[in-house]
Amino acid sequence: MANRTSSDLRYSQVTPKSTYLNRRRFLASSAALGALAAAPPAWASTKLNGVTKSPFSTSEKQTPYDAITHFNNFYEFGTDKEDPSRNAQKFVTSPWTLQVDGEVAKPMTLDLDAIFKVAPLEERIYRHRCVEAWSMVIPWIGYPLNALLKKVEPTSKAKYVAFQSYYDRKQMPQGMWAGIAFPYVEGLRLDEAMHPLTILSVGLYGETLPNQDGAPVRLVAPWKYGFKNIKSIVRIRLVEKQPPTTWNLAAANEYGFYSNVNPEVDHPRWSQAKERRIGEFVKRDTIKFNGYGDQVAGLYAGMDLRKNY
Amino acid sequence: MSGLLSSRWTKAAVFVLCLVPLGVLGWRLIGLARQGWGTYDPALTADPIAYITHYTGDWTIRFLLITLIMTPLRKLLGQPKLVRYRRMLGLFAFFYGCLHLMTWVWLDKFFDPHEMIKDVLKRRYITVGMLGFALMLPLAITSTAGWVRRLGFERWQRLHRLIYFSALAGVVHYYWLVKSDVRLPLLYGAILAVLMMYRLTIWLKSAPRPQPAKSTTPNTAYLRD
Repeated sequence: MANRTSSDLRYSQVTPKSTYLNRRRFLASSAALGALAAAPPAWASTKLNGVTKSPFSTSEKQTPYDAITHFNNFYEFGTDKEDPSRNAQKFVTSPWTLQVDGEVAKPMTLDLDAIFKVAPLEERIYRHRCVEAWSMVIPWIGYPLNALLKKVEPTSKAKYVAFQSYYDRKQMPQGMWAGIAFPYVEGLRLDEAMHPLTILSVGLYGETLPNQDGAPVRLVAPWKYGFKNIKSIVRIRLVEKQPPTTWNLAAANEYGFYSNVNPEVDHPRWSQAKERRIGEFVKRDTIKFNGYGDQVAGLYAGMDLRKNY
Repeated sequence: MSGLLSSRWTKAAVFVLCLVPLGVLGWRLIGLARQGWGTYDPALTADPIAYITHYTGDWTIRFLLITLIMTPLRKLLGQPKLVRYRRMLGLFAFFYGCLHLMTWVWLDKFFDPHEMIKDVLKRRYITVGMLGFALMLPLAITSTAGWVRRLGFERWQRLHRLIYFSALAGVVHYYWLVKSDVRLPLLYGAILAVLMMYRLTIWLKSAPRPQPAKSTTPNTAYLRD
């Protein structure tokens, strides 16, 4: 059992050689471009510096990097868990623009560089619970979403936050078979979005996000099922009414707007009482709000969570 | 061709071939065990138990469809000897079905009878999957020549038409399970539909059928090998 924890490994030891080679090829080509424009500091899996630790992090054993990057639900790149790791390799995430608008006093458009500089980067080691009853522990890097939202100054009309993913049929030809509509959209209530646990993630395991994990910027709200954590965000809108969400549009009886992790409310087709932590053999009990109840249960005081699943 | 199909060696080769999917899975699992459970092995994905479940389920449906293709193939190719392989293929469908069920009983439910009963009653994809398996049971039991004799060929043949419903249950089980990408369950469904249309056409053409002559010696010739 010696040396099994990921912290004993360097990233280079757990990163496939092909990824390295691709990275080098990219770095070589970007060196040429560097002269033309101040190259953004980050692209697929480059190291992030000055990342601070967070008291919100769990000390649980982290899921290996290879598992986090080869077991993805990113239906734009195919519906098999391994598809995104193959099909997202050439996904262009630089340049990138993130538009923040809607019910705000100061709408903003952020380029890649600005996305990384909204707030100091923190490492947030969070439990991640998929609606399919598997889970991981992921060392995300990012900053609280509220840091960005405060900058655009939501008006009194802003009650919800609507998110939209990038979608391009040419870059994501596998998406047409997904059986769900794109672009992928998600939403949070404003108080959920402002909660300190809710982050915009730009990296994991000390590096920028691999494409298949939602590069360059994605949402992470760890007390909700994974599909709420929308990937590769291009637009954030503050809105008055509850926004539509992709899986809810696909099957409203199976996927609600809130989708808080809840072992007491089963998915119509399978139980949510237990989960398989990736890499473990025996299933563990699922904890309400994915174990973040102390921090977030108050958001739902007086709400019937069976109805608001 | 006919000589090849009659050969004992061909049958042995087909038997071994049917074991290849299990061998491949076993080989991959040994690889993972040597590397250490909990590590990432591309051959088994990051969730090996889900992989085993889907793998054995896939092969169950595939063998059911392969079994169902034998009769049309025999008639279309004019190779009556092909029937020698039908029972073996059907039993392999049952074998992979057993592995699939065992994966669920052990690695998903950990032998908890309460959990299993609850799931079978509550989850329709599990209900119909269990039905598909249950329908294979009498077929596996009565697959011997002795049972053909005991039941009489007509009754035995009627009983073994249950495989149509077992395959249908398998396809529905798969269709109800997937979240949104229904391509593969629909492909299996389409293959099954073609195989059933063939039988329906034959049946419609042959009706009205003459009363079958009552035979005192049941025809078990095709089971002899």
